[in-house]
Amino acid sequence: MAQTVIIPTPLRRFTDGVETVETSAATVGEIFGQLESRYPGIRARLCEENGDLRRFINVYVDGEDIRFLNRLDTPVGPQAEVSIVPAIAGG
Amino acid sequence: MSYVKGLKCRVCETPYPVEPLAICEECFGPLEVDYDYDAIKTKLTREEIASRPPTLWRYRELLPLDADPTVGLQTGFTPLIRADRLARTIGVRELYIKNDAVSHPSLSFKDRVVAVALSKAREFGFEAVGCASTGNLANSVAANAAAAGLPAYILIPDNLEKNKIIGTQVYGANLVPVRGNYDEVNRLCSEIAGRYRFAFVNVNLRPFYGEGSKTFGYEIAEQLGWHAPDAVVVPMAGGSLITKIYKGLNELAKLGLIDRAETRFYGAQAAGCNPIAAAVKAGTRDIRPVKPDTIAKSLSIGNPADGYFATGVITETGGWSEDVSDREILESIELLAAAEGVFAETAGGTTLAVTRKLIEQGRIRPEDRVVIAITGNGLKTVEALQLEELNSIEPKLSAFEALLDKQRSAIAA
Repeated sequence: MAQTVIIPTPLRRFTDGVETVETSAATVGEIFGQLESRYPGIRARLCEENGDLRRFINVYVDGEDIRFLNRLDTPVGPQAEVSIVPAIAGG
Repeated sequence: MSYVKGLKCRVCETPYPVEPLAICEECFGPLEVDYDYDAIKTKLTREEIASRPPTLWRYRELLPLDADPTVGLQTGFTPLIRADRLARTIGVRELYIKNDAVSHPSLSFKDRVVAVALSKAREFGFEAVGCASTGNLANSVAANAAAAGLPAYILIPDNLEKNKIIGTQVYGANLVPVRGNYDEVNRLCSEIAGRYRFAFVNVNLRPFYGEGSKTFGYEIAEQLGWHAPDAVVVPMAGGSLITKIYKGLNELAKLGLIDRAETRFYGAQAAGCNPIAAAVKAGTRDIRPVKPDTIAKSLSIGNPADGYFATGVITETGGWSEDVSDREILESIELLAAAEGVFAETAGGTTLAVTRKLIEQGRIRPEDRVVIAITGNGLKTVEALQLEELNSIEPKLSAFEALLDKQRSAIAA
């Protein structure tokens, strides 16, 4: 039982090129903590110094934008798919 | 020769080489093209531009290609129409329509961005191209990729207007409808771009792609006799176009091609998808995403990537942003068609409806020289219209005359 976290291209230099990482956490914030302990430095790319999610990053839990949910406190189910996606231009 | 110095993060200014990169690795801010304006200034004069063919490539020093363009060679230089009848109706002195509803080849301003992005994709050696789209970009990528002989993978929300789907499929593109809204399509596209070597024009080619929109602004200034207008009203989906018209006018001022760029920028959205307008009205640059619900599907981006920059342009220039109901959008499509003979898609109805609202509010003044950006063709969104049912007549002169009598008595009544 694990969550799948999809790592976007600009962050793969932290994960040695790995595209997906498995975590086991209760919230998005905890997932970021687990990523940080495995890949030091990655959290500072995701969050501002005050801990808020950076402006140009979108995080989705099972397809739902966490800005519509409880942001970093959004709960994450045991088999959730978590996507970290940079903002993309319109079309 | 190229006048591009490199790419640079728009937020933290970290420099990057000219590669198919879109996102800053430090802060996730968008990358943007950095030019050598001093060198451009020695080359690009009004006379030089005037001597070139009437396409967007007449401003090629300000576009991010290394070699000659290879895609969209005939694109750009759409009409700027002086709209006196419409101006009188809505109460403004001098009104112009920049009409990309007749853009070559796919009838929307997206032909500008695609001409640049696909030319750049070829320079980078990509063998397949693609996009996430609310429709117009899909049409343009499909058309231009077909003409260039490049396979195209195009992802769209599965609820798009029929003509936008047909106007993509017909070119033989690999069209993939996705069960979800544009923001969900975008997320999927980003994940695909992370795995496959495709040139997704609005994902990994975004810095180059966006530059094509500047030509909308260059043309307005040139067509006004090298002057910037007092006010521009621009529809906003992701929010990029308004920032690129702003950038374009400011570049012209920097190069001495116009005296000054003091244009106020006004952003138009539908009430059913108004995250940028809501932020402007709340006095913040923080965009709260929304779930779109409007007939203006080409503007249905609930999480606009350039919203932060769009609010910056609007507030810095003394402009404003408004949103309008679907009913107001439809009324304005019909008004634009009846007053000026221009049939715009729902985004154009949104832009005119917002313009009328801004004039009523006194934010756009009667003495202003105003340009409204019509970015797409009405034939693409016909099912949104609710026009009167027609009754056919017998092929007899008497039947036609009976109809005329009926109309006359209706007018008299």
